[in-house]
Amino acid sequence: MSELAGADRFNINSQLEALQTRYVGTGHADVSKYEWIVNQHRDSLAQYVGKHSMLQYFAVAENESISRVGYQMKQKMLLPCGLPPPPKEEEGEDE
Amino acid sequence: MHLYNVTLQRPGACQTAINGNFSAPKVQEIIASKGTAIELLRPDQHGKLKSIAFRECFGIIRSMAAFRLAGANKDHVVIGSDSGRIVVLRFDAEKNQFEQVHKETFGKSGVRRVVPGQFCCVDPKGRAVMLAALEKQKVVYVLNRDSQANLTISSPLEANKGKTIAFDVCALDNGLENPGFMAIELFYGEADVDDTGEAAAEAQKMLTYYELDLGLNHVARKWSEPVDNGANKLIPVPGGSDGPGGVIVCCENFLVYRAEKHEEIRCVIPRRTSLDAERGVLIASFASHRSKNGFFFIAQSEYGDCYKVTLDWTNRKVSELKMKYFDTVPVCSALCVLKTGFLFCGSEFGAHALFQFIALGDDEESAESSSKTLKKIDNATKKKGRGKNDDEDDEEEDNFQPVFFNPRKLKNLALIDEIESLSPTIALASNISRKEETPRLLALCGQGPRSTFRVLRQGVPLSEMARSPLPGNPNGVFTIRKSKSDTTDAYIVVSFTNATLVLSIGDTVEEVTDTGILATSSTLAVSALGDDDDGSLIQIHPSGVRHVRGNNKGVNEWRAPGRKKITACACNRGQAIVALTGGELVYFELDEAGQLLEIEKIETSSEVVSVDIPPIPDGSLRAKFAAVAGYDSTVRVLSLNPGEALRTVGVQATPSPPESVLLLEVNNKTTKNKKAGSSAPPSMFLNVGLSNGILVRCEVDRVSGALSDARSRFVGQRPPKLNRIEMNEESGFVALSTRPWLGFNENGRFSIVPACHETIDRACGFASEQVPEGIVAVVDGSLRILACENLGEAFSQSSEKARYTPRAMSTHPDDPDVVAIIETDRGIIGFEDRTGEETRNEYIVEAPPAKKPKKNEEEDEEDDEEDDAYQLAPIEQFGAPKSTANDNNNWSSCVHIVDAANAETLCVQEIKNNERLVSVAHAYFAKADEVLLVVGSVKNFVLQPRDCDGGMIRCYRYKRGGGKSSNGETTANGKSGANKAITGLELVHETPCEGAPFALRNFEGKLLVGVDDVLRLYDFGKKKLLRKAECAQKFPSFINDIRCSGDRFFVTDACESAFFVKYVREDDQECSMHIFADDIAPRYVTSMLPLDRDTVAVSDKFGNFAALRLPKDVSDEIESDISGGKHAALTSSAALGALNGANNKLQACAQFHVGDVICSLTKCALQTGGSEVIVYATLGGALGAFVPFASKDEADFCTHLEMHLRIEAPPVLGNEHGAFRSSYFPVKAVVDGDLCEQFGRLGADAQRRISEEMDRTPSEIVKRLEQIRARAG
Repeated sequence: MSELAGADRFNINSQLEALQTRYVGTGHADVSKYEWIVNQHRDSLAQYVGKHSMLQYFAVAENESISRVGYQMKQKMLLPCGLPPPPKEEEGEDE
Repeated sequence: MHLYNVTLQRPGACQTAINGNFSAPKVQEIIASKGTAIELLRPDQHGKLKSIAFRECFGIIRSMAAFRLAGANKDHVVIGSDSGRIVVLRFDAEKNQFEQVHKETFGKSGVRRVVPGQFCCVDPKGRAVMLAALEKQKVVYVLNRDSQANLTISSPLEANKGKTIAFDVCALDNGLENPGFMAIELFYGEADVDDTGEAAAEAQKMLTYYELDLGLNHVARKWSEPVDNGANKLIPVPGGSDGPGGVIVCCENFLVYRAEKHEEIRCVIPRRTSLDAERGVLIASFASHRSKNGFFFIAQSEYGDCYKVTLDWTNRKVSELKMKYFDTVPVCSALCVLKTGFLFCGSEFGAHALFQFIALGDDEESAESSSKTLKKIDNATKKKGRGKNDDEDDEEEDNFQPVFFNPRKLKNLALIDEIESLSPTIALASNISRKEETPRLLALCGQGPRSTFRVLRQGVPLSEMARSPLPGNPNGVFTIRKSKSDTTDAYIVVSFTNATLVLSIGDTVEEVTDTGILATSSTLAVSALGDDDDGSLIQIHPSGVRHVRGNNKGVNEWRAPGRKKITACACNRGQAIVALTGGELVYFELDEAGQLLEIEKIETSSEVVSVDIPPIPDGSLRAKFAAVAGYDSTVRVLSLNPGEALRTVGVQATPSPPESVLLLEVNNKTTKNKKAGSSAPPSMFLNVGLSNGILVRCEVDRVSGALSDARSRFVGQRPPKLNRIEMNEESGFVALSTRPWLGFNENGRFSIVPACHETIDRACGFASEQVPEGIVAVVDGSLRILACENLGEAFSQSSEKARYTPRAMSTHPDDPDVVAIIETDRGIIGFEDRTGEETRNEYIVEAPPAKKPKKNEEEDEEDDEEDDAYQLAPIEQFGAPKSTANDNNNWSSCVHIVDAANAETLCVQEIKNNERLVSVAHAYFAKADEVLLVVGSVKNFVLQPRDCDGGMIRCYRYKRGGGKSSNGETTANGKSGANKAITGLELVHETPCEGAPFALRNFEGKLLVGVDDVLRLYDFGKKKLLRKAECAQKFPSFINDIRCSGDRFFVTDACESAFFVKYVREDDQECSMHIFADDIAPRYVTSMLPLDRDTVAVSDKFGNFAALRLPKDVSDEIESDISGGKHAALTSSAALGALNGANNKLQACAQFHVGDVICSLTKCALQTGGSEVIVYATLGGALGAFVPFASKDEADFCTHLEMHLRIEAPPVLGNEHGAFRSSYFPVKAVVDGDLCEQFGRLGADAQRRISEEMDRTPSEIVKRLEQIRARAG
């Protein structure tokens, strides 16, 4: 690690950045708890919507139609974990 | 441990379906995606849906679209999958399989939120395809054709927008202008950073238009406009010269027509009168139909109501959007309107159906809503019914006058065919009843009112078409076809010990005497002679051969010499062989003048048991070979060629004396579309049934007659008798052993499968107009016509309807026929409340209930509905009535006791007071000294976030005999003898507990209960169950299953895999329990199966299977420790409350990804005397098995074959097979038999390459695979 020259380190950073823009949800050192959990939830929801068998599983449990369950999951992706915390306080609390 | 995964029953759930012309021009076909497989379906001329091809894809299919290149006459298919690749497939009719045309990578594999594949749509003119992800990414490929009219595909053009969720994407019909795509999008970027919630409340769905500029080769986001926040689906409207273009946006409760520079046109979705005003109506699926005269759409709501949607338009201007109630069918995930006037309904749950349009809903009386009559109403008078999620942004929405209708019986659609589906299979168990020798599977299938309890028995179902009693006990049955070109049989000949009966087949079956057949003797064989229908017949009876000459020219009789009798014989339309006592063989042939001449006579070394001559092949004068089986355990193939007649050309020694022989010609062609003879010549197989119950099949060389490649299979205790029948438009056979087996050619592969029927004594092929490929059989002294309707079905089933969705079952330990099922459903009106006349939530059904009170309809509606085209009871057609939206968390539950032997209800006990049943078990209580039924329930259960007002454990005693049951006589007849019928349940006592008792298990006369995260032992008390002991540690989420093996318990947690718990008996009174081992992986366990004392198999909700094993040294250590490792366990980190902190860890000794939620694991031998396999059921309705390998060598063989096939036959969706099977956990010690079996489908070149690598011949490989498969059944 110590051998990494400045250019390489920059390179790795830019690679990470490229990953972060390309793949939503790729973490970084300063990721907040909220961001992290929201990404987790959106990933899970997308997984459920993308796999018909999972939708079916939920639909049987909830006794709703598959299309309704899928719609609700997509709808939930807007705000999967409730409102974000106020921006100021977050820094202090992040420990 | 090494396992081999095979599919026993294909999945039934249909997720999407598309229609088009795939195999040939103008052939209306459907491609349905079934989880990880695609299936091509085609309705035949009678409207029966036939499965043409089925392809396991080893990947998850998420979306499909069909397209046609300009000038082409067949459709291609684009599939959006989890492979991160776009795949274009074409159906190759010659090979009868899907072929990959293009495969381009655009992203990572897996179901991810930003990798396209979720949506897939194609420009109607076939110029461009868009694949979109749920979030952000959209890629467009331009489709083109090269000079040879081959499809070419461009590099991807991206049209991404970050932080945007796509609800639906569709391709617009822009005619010949630039292709355009429309998407419903929602931007969440602002909501994510606004902590006041204002941005989230104001988040607005946008309708965004993307245009592909073909000239610039560039996708532009042209415009984006706000659309109703309930929007969920887009229906593209035909454009160009056929229509106005644009889209219909399906929103909650509304349809909205939108197009560029066009005003919004809105109409409400008609609602059921009975539906609570608070509940929204979503469109679940739609199908569009366009013809020269116009177009319309069939849209279906989430409650199953179909609407016909039409537009009034002139000159690209839409003036009116109309929506008319059409019919109600079970909710579909895919609808397809075929040009031939059929509607294919791929149901979300349960059987799929094919309907025929008998009207187009042009009547006046059905409710219709229109954009013109749309009326606004005051906010004060009526609150608009919207989903909960939208409540926050519901501030000042307009409210509109709803349109109501009452669902009614089918009026515009007529049911033509149904495709059975086990989906969703919720639970599976296996047991062996007392009466039957073969094991059976018990399955809980379906959802809501369409759910069933099913008993599955392995074997192709044979349905009985007719039955007639016979005067005596026949010793033979034959059919006669008049002329060779006939497709139906003319006579059935039944032979008795001293008489022969001839029945003519027509509208009725009548005895005839004018055929010339000798009626006073028994018959050994009979056939018509010659190619034409001139009435000439050959009848072979024990003392001679009778030749009835055609055109009434009289009868010639050949008498067996001396006192010899004919012991065996065979004949076809021009040849006959008779075997006389002493082993003499005489061969006859029909000459051109119509004379039956004795050609040759030989002596053989032993008595002959059985002879066979195959039918004369088309275009030949005679069959070239005959087969003769002798008591000396040899089977010979004799040449029948002129000049060398009856010369032995092939010999096969058999391990035990043969009983019956059959020579079968099997075409090697892979499809039935091809004419015979155009490809490889047919091959010939010699089938021999041995007296020890083994069926041997050898290949016969077409030229020399030499025998090779013998394969054998045990079919039953009785020596199999072989009879020729027609199957799949080719010759096949039925082998009659203790149960019948069918041998037939299926897509170029010969398979031998058991049929589900009682023992058949005699059988013969049978064809009539109603039954083109049937069997006439003698069973128990009566004559029956049997037909096999679906050879693809591996199981035959009997079923009993359930009230609500069944959730779990338990078999009575002393009586395998008594099964207790718990059924529960959420948010509906309880079964008993539905009868209430004027209650608030009464369910309104128009015509049908007039016949009888609704209460009985589930049980016995069928019998009374003989005149109805549609067999569904109203409740099944319309679905259970929904409760009000406020009551969405109310639960209706019942305990249902069924008799598995006859699949019928014994009694039903409704559970009141908003309780959800969660567990069921039979428990023997030592203190009560009887077996009680224990049912666990939860009060006021809320699914999300999980909450409840405590649980209840109820103990019931079966009431037997005496009292009157819920459905009278059937019950009384159901069980007889000493074991009195169960007539009801008597509550012994109920025990409240603080949480949900999700798991119950009997243990040493007591009851183990998982109450939420606590494992507790209860003992029987007089007034309630008494707590005895509690596990020292708590479980991470909640316990969902408990199994016992001695003093060791296997406990699974809903989110954290399996735990091993040790039970320590300290003295007579005291006992304790502690966790001593757990797993390292978080598995959301759905089902558990103990394999041995140290091993459990678990399946999880993401479709993984794993076998977890406690290392041997740890196991020994625990066993040798008097306290069972208690001290170590209680000082471990788990005892201190750490998650998964047990001091011993389980190791995964096998892991495998199935690709569908596995809901049940069970262990059984599917065949009598077969080896035990792990059978699993998936939610998609597939049944599969993990077969343990018999030897290391076999495991090596399959592992290598799998490795080669991964290269030679990569999955058609473009993903890596190994990667798919390792989606969550790396695949370990499981070989995918479904992939190995693809070997048979490969071309000869690839087969040879693989077999050379493996140092074997292709047929050896196939044979070996068949052997392993045969073990699974």
